Amino acid sequence: MPLIELEQVTRLYRSGDTEFAALRAVDLAVEAGEFVAITGSSGSGKSTMMNILGCLDTPSSGHYRLDGRDVARLSRVELAAVRNRTIGFVFQSFNLLPRTSAAENVELPLIYARVPPAERRRRALDALERVGLAQRSSHQPSQLSGGQQQRVAIARALVTRPPLILADEPTGNLDSATSLDIMTLLAGLRASGITIVFVTHEPDIAAFAARRLTMRDGVIVDDRRQAAPPAAAATTHGASA
Amino acid sequence: MISPTETLWLALRALRRNTLRSGLTALGIIIGVAAVICMVSIGEGAKSRIRTQIEATGTNVVLLFSGSSSSGGMRGGMGSQPTITWEDVRAIQAELPAVRAAAPLSRTSTQAISETSTWTTTVYGTTPEYFTIRNWAIERGSGLTASDQAGAAKNAVIGWTVADKLFGSGVDPVGQVIRIRNAPYNVVGVLAKKGQGGMGEDQDDAIFVPVSAFQARIQGGLSQFVRGPVYVSAVSTEAIEPARAQIASLLRERHRLGPDQEDDFSTVSMAEMTGTLTSATQTLTTLLASIAFVSLLVGGIGVMNIMLVSVTERTHEIGIRMAVGAQPGDILAQFLIEALTLAAIGGAIGVLLGIGVGQLLASRFGWSLAVRTDIVAIALLVSAGVGVLFGLYPARKASRLDPIEALRYE
Repeated sequence: MPLIELEQVTRLYRSGDTEFAALRAVDLAVEAGEFVAITGSSGSGKSTMMNILGCLDTPSSGHYRLDGRDVARLSRVELAAVRNRTIGFVFQSFNLLPRTSAAENVELPLIYARVPPAERRRRALDALERVGLAQRSSHQPSQLSGGQQQRVAIARALVTRPPLILADEPTGNLDSATSLDIMTLLAGLRASGITIVFVTHEPDIAAFAARRLTMRDGVIVDDRRQAAPPAAAATTHGASA
Repeated sequence: MISPTETLWLALRALRRNTLRSGLTALGIIIGVAAVICMVSIGEGAKSRIRTQIEATGTNVVLLFSGSSSSGGMRGGMGSQPTITWEDVRAIQAELPAVRAAAPLSRTSTQAISETSTWTTTVYGTTPEYFTIRNWAIERGSGLTASDQAGAAKNAVIGWTVADKLFGSGVDPVGQVIRIRNAPYNVVGVLAKKGQGGMGEDQDDAIFVPVSAFQARIQGGLSQFVRGPVYVSAVSTEAIEPARAQIASLLRERHRLGPDQEDDFSTVSMAEMTGTLTSATQTLTTLLASIAFVSLLVGGIGVMNIMLVSVTERTHEIGIRMAVGAQPGDILAQFLIEALTLAAIGGAIGVLLGIGVGQLLASRFGWSLAVRTDIVAIALLVSAGVGVLFGLYPARKASRLDPIEALRYE
């Protein structure tokens, strides 16, 4: 059974009298443990796709089965629970809470998972160690570099031990050397069995993935498997746990 | 929903992140609650003070006034026509079982002159029983006696203020002479300090002379009638009403009033006067407290305003929280508890401030203060209620944000 299964998913946006289809009858299946890149120019529907995969948005029609469960018609409360337990998010702009320490940022999903404070702290520190930032747990985002902030965000995505991590342009705000570090980290996570789907428009970042989808005008126009580059294949520093 | 303590913790952290704004917002609530507490405490203090002062006037006291007269279609008020005679007073004291003592009190405002100074004060003519009725002790020297009364002796007992104004602090007034309306009076005693009366007057600003001397030399009039009220004390609190009834039937009989004639006198008990005065104070207190509650309401609107700003400002944060799994109820609770915490902390500070300011005013102006715990509790509850009420709308607004829109918001 695929972890992600989209069946004829369409997402319509309405503004006034005009209707615009950001996704048109998309079918997609992603097996557990896959490492998938979604590419495409802006306006191709990849962000809408990520929002739907991330249960931040629901399809106008069609079915979305996540881990065997149709989430297309879930209520806001149920969607929040799915986001909390099944999905870890990594964003282009990191989206950390300002004036809040790295450890507290990582703890955030656990608060909403009703994990008691002591265990929460322990798991947050574990997650920070996994991304190589154990020494910075008390730093606030403003005291961290972009790459470090993205590592904190990855730790936050990992901390609930979700089967799926969704990353929307995770390297979009980083220089190329740091981008490679972050992708290496994600590739390492994939090695530990987590399914990763990420959006990028940079070919060398997309090259890290084992499967590459290309979107245009709300449909998937290309879906190919590719050999992972040597840099990603090697299990590297701080990423394995 | 996450646990309340967890939510409280989140709220405190959020408030601490913007200390100045939280403080200013809480200020509205602080001032509102402080105003309520301060007003009510001062009002209560005034009420209990009036009560103790009236009680200090003498317990079980009934005032007897000469009656309302009606002549030629004109009705005069209470005391407009002297109807009570010396014999009446004597009979009330001697014949009625519920009465312990009765004393007339005539008064006039006039100048008193000592060798060194002049002072305008109130001169009272009364009998020795008056001081018993009012539980008023002699501090120095001696009081007026029955023989002073019988002989219309030119002896005087003076209050503390008069002693101070006429003789200064260094001189013993006993044995000194004061002149009232060109007649010399020997000061035989100084009364103990009594302080402010129920109407705010200085009770120690008084000179007492035998009523016989008063009528002969200070203020004339028909000699068989008593001018001014008669102070009557009942033998106990329970005897107050019986005493009034006995006085009424005795005087009706003595004045030969037929069954269809109205009383030509009237009585009022101190309890009644206490009631009137305290209810007047109560009205004022209620008025002030309701104004204070309006300011609390304004404070609440301030909380709503700031919470709305806060929700808009933290839209992105709300988006992040929703993305990592916060449910709408979690967001609602967070903002609601934030507003509630703001209001409750404001309320607590307001209570302390209100009591503090009340105490300051009380000590500065010589008022008394009575902090009512029920009012403190109500003020705290109202401020918390204000927090919930005015926090609800912003909190609902936050919880209904679309996560995608919220995440995009910068």
